[in-house]
Amino acid sequence: MAGTPEAETPSRAATPLASTFDAVRRGAKGVAWFCRGVLGADAYEKYRAHVEAEHPRDAAEWLMTEKEFWRDRTDRQDRNPQGRCC
Amino acid sequence: MSARTGLEQDPQLPPVALDPEVVEAHHRRWTPARIAVWAAISLLGAVSWAIIAIVRGETINAIWFVFAAVCTYLIGYRFYARYIEKNLLRPDDRRATPAEYKADGKDYVATDRRVLYGHHFAAIAGAGPLVGPVLAAQMGYLPGTIWIIVGVVLAGAVQDYLVLFFSMRRGGRSLGQMARDELGVVGGTAALLATLVIMVIIVAILALVVVNALAESPWGVFSVGMTIPIALFMGAYLRFWRPGKVTEISVIGFVLLIAVIAGGGAIAGTSWGADLFLLDKTTIAWMIVVYGFVAAVLPVWMLLAPRDYLSTFMKIGTIVMLALAIVIVRPVLESPAVSEFASTGTGPVVSGSLFPFLFVTIACGALSGFHALISSGTTPKLVEKERQTRMIGYGGMLMESFVAIMALVAALSIDRGIYFAMNSSGAATGGTVEGAVAFVNGLGLAGVDLTPDMLTQTAADVGEESIVSRTGGAPTLAVGLANIMARLVGGSGMMAFWYHFAIMFEALFILTAVDAGTRVARFMLQDSLGNLFPRFKDTSWRPGAWAATAIMVGAWGAVLLMGVTDPLGGINTLFPLFGIANQLLAAIALAVCMAIVAKLGLFRYLWVVVLPLGFAAAVTITASMYKIFSPVPAVGYFAQHNAFRDALAAGETSFGTATSVEAMEAVVRNTMIQGVLSIVFVSLAIVVILTAIAATWKSYRRKASASSEDPAVLSRMFAPAGFLATPEEKELEKQWAALPASRRPARTGHH
Repeated sequence: MAGTPEAETPSRAATPLASTFDAVRRGAKGVAWFCRGVLGADAYEKYRAHVEAEHPRDAAEWLMTEKEFWRDRTDRQDRNPQGRCC
Repeated sequence: MSARTGLEQDPQLPPVALDPEVVEAHHRRWTPARIAVWAAISLLGAVSWAIIAIVRGETINAIWFVFAAVCTYLIGYRFYARYIEKNLLRPDDRRATPAEYKADGKDYVATDRRVLYGHHFAAIAGAGPLVGPVLAAQMGYLPGTIWIIVGVVLAGAVQDYLVLFFSMRRGGRSLGQMARDELGVVGGTAALLATLVIMVIIVAILALVVVNALAESPWGVFSVGMTIPIALFMGAYLRFWRPGKVTEISVIGFVLLIAVIAGGGAIAGTSWGADLFLLDKTTIAWMIVVYGFVAAVLPVWMLLAPRDYLSTFMKIGTIVMLALAIVIVRPVLESPAVSEFASTGTGPVVSGSLFPFLFVTIACGALSGFHALISSGTTPKLVEKERQTRMIGYGGMLMESFVAIMALVAALSIDRGIYFAMNSSGAATGGTVEGAVAFVNGLGLAGVDLTPDMLTQTAADVGEESIVSRTGGAPTLAVGLANIMARLVGGSGMMAFWYHFAIMFEALFILTAVDAGTRVARFMLQDSLGNLFPRFKDTSWRPGAWAATAIMVGAWGAVLLMGVTDPLGGINTLFPLFGIANQLLAAIALAVCMAIVAKLGLFRYLWVVVLPLGFAAAVTITASMYKIFSPVPAVGYFAQHNAFRDALAAGETSFGTATSVEAMEAVVRNTMIQGVLSIVFVSLAIVVILTAIAATWKSYRRKASASSEDPAVLSRMFAPAGFLATPEEKELEKQWAALPASRRPARTGHH
């Protein structure tokens, strides 16, 4: 479950101040992770993970570069429009 | 269960699903703490409802609406949605979802349930739930509140949940494809045609809301207009300079957006700014028509994709901010529980009595047919595990309903006299402060005593020339939001900023919906035209794409211009058409769900679908009948048509609010178009519902259950079902985390 907030290793902070700081830091990381996910900023990472898992030996041959991937993404939206809600 | 699906757990892996008995035991384990929590929720909910519905004071605090809504949602989610899950849908987490068995790293990507919740909510929430409740507020706070909260639990959330689940079980098939599969050629074609016509109407009326919000408002025109260069900049940034840096550019875009809202006041204050950006309704309508065409033929990366990032950012941020503000400020509402307009049907905002027009006016916040298109589009391709559909489908719609409640509260928090001055058509008020004061005080409403000062002061506070007859709901909501936010941040000096922030917030969604709606409609049209002229099937063929786009823009543009120039006022005559269209789409979606449930042979639980379907059908068909056959000119399109035609025939040169022969001829023409559209909608919807009833009856006669689902595939991953993992789910997550990477099955979405 790497990539999700639970995956963070539990902290072993010694002082209350350090543990509060740690909690705030993890909270902020969680918010950032959520925002990136909702906006779809992590789409390329997911795509790359998928290709690497599908083609463990020769992933590089199958993989689009980051630039190609994002171009392909909006071009596919051109061909398959999705409505937005009222 | 494994006998039914033939799925066997891989012994090499930890369990991919909780044992159904463990899930059941979890739900049945009523510990004292859990009993206490649910007793407290029920009690708080009951007290809040009693205060809203029974206690009659001079005023009521908005916090009770929040408590009543949240407590009812929690109970609906925990008990009713769980009932539907257990008896009707019966999700099986051992089955892989399309995101797993069709995984391609692009369209089919298993997505964390919490992220997907935010994503799905951002996709379903738009301007509809913000505008409808504002207009319905003329009937008092009680009818709208009850329908928004009860309607979502029994109808809206049920529709979204069922459509999401059924589409997920069919590899993410669209509503149109499911209609064709379940209802045959006739029902499927009628559903497709209805969707196309409904899309045109919805885009037109949303555009009308924007026109009304921006007319005679240089500040609004400047700041909303500036979103175009901002979006173009963002698009180029992502395309050429820093591909994929979505968060970064969204933050930059947001900062620029705030800058143009804040700077808009200064620009509008200069004489050249006022000259350049002070535009009348007809000009703005033409600009939106041109914008709609250009935006829909430009590639997605230039305008639509960056606008999506901006509006997602704005949507979630503003809604969280407004919720906090309402809870902290706790505004006091001074509206009667039920106003006289609920029964007389003569309200100046939207005509018609409570049944059926309240339901038609609120539309999206309680039940929205448009969601069926989203729930059968992107979301089912991203769901990780079947049991998560309750949280995403049902839970997502509960949040939308909460947005509608907040919009209602914001609209009711402004003075009632000002509310009516803003929402009565220009034809009634004459568009002047004096006219508005005379008209509103002439309505004879108890406790309403409007003075010219109140109108000019409010207009000055929000940085506008005038707020008289700013119909469409968006400006009223903006005044309400500005009132509440200014009490939290910045005081009255910030009201103008918050007002234009709210206008921007709504215009952004609507312009995105206009662009995306035109694209979808263009593809649907090309697909249909392709049956006659095969060349049109090729959507990359430029002339075909441009021609089809021009036809669709022409269709909604004509309705928009008709609304803008309507001598009767526009919103008050056209908004019911929007609501009817949306609710008919809901009836169509529910009819498809009914046929699917019947095919599965689950007749004991068919009522779960029949209840909202019956209500939506009753509301929309009755409303359509009123619009077609009512002898009251304010309600019936043809009654109005005949009244004006007879007046013209009698040689009169002015009639009602039309002051010239041309205006009278316009009314004759508009009412005919609106009347014919009503007939087309209701006929198509009745065809779909009848074919669904026929399909249901056929399944009943056949007795044996059948399925149109994709074959079951074994899942090789695990994820919890709700927002928070249960102890049993945490235990499984631990087992999966302990699995060495070499033995872990290939999975996307995590690495």
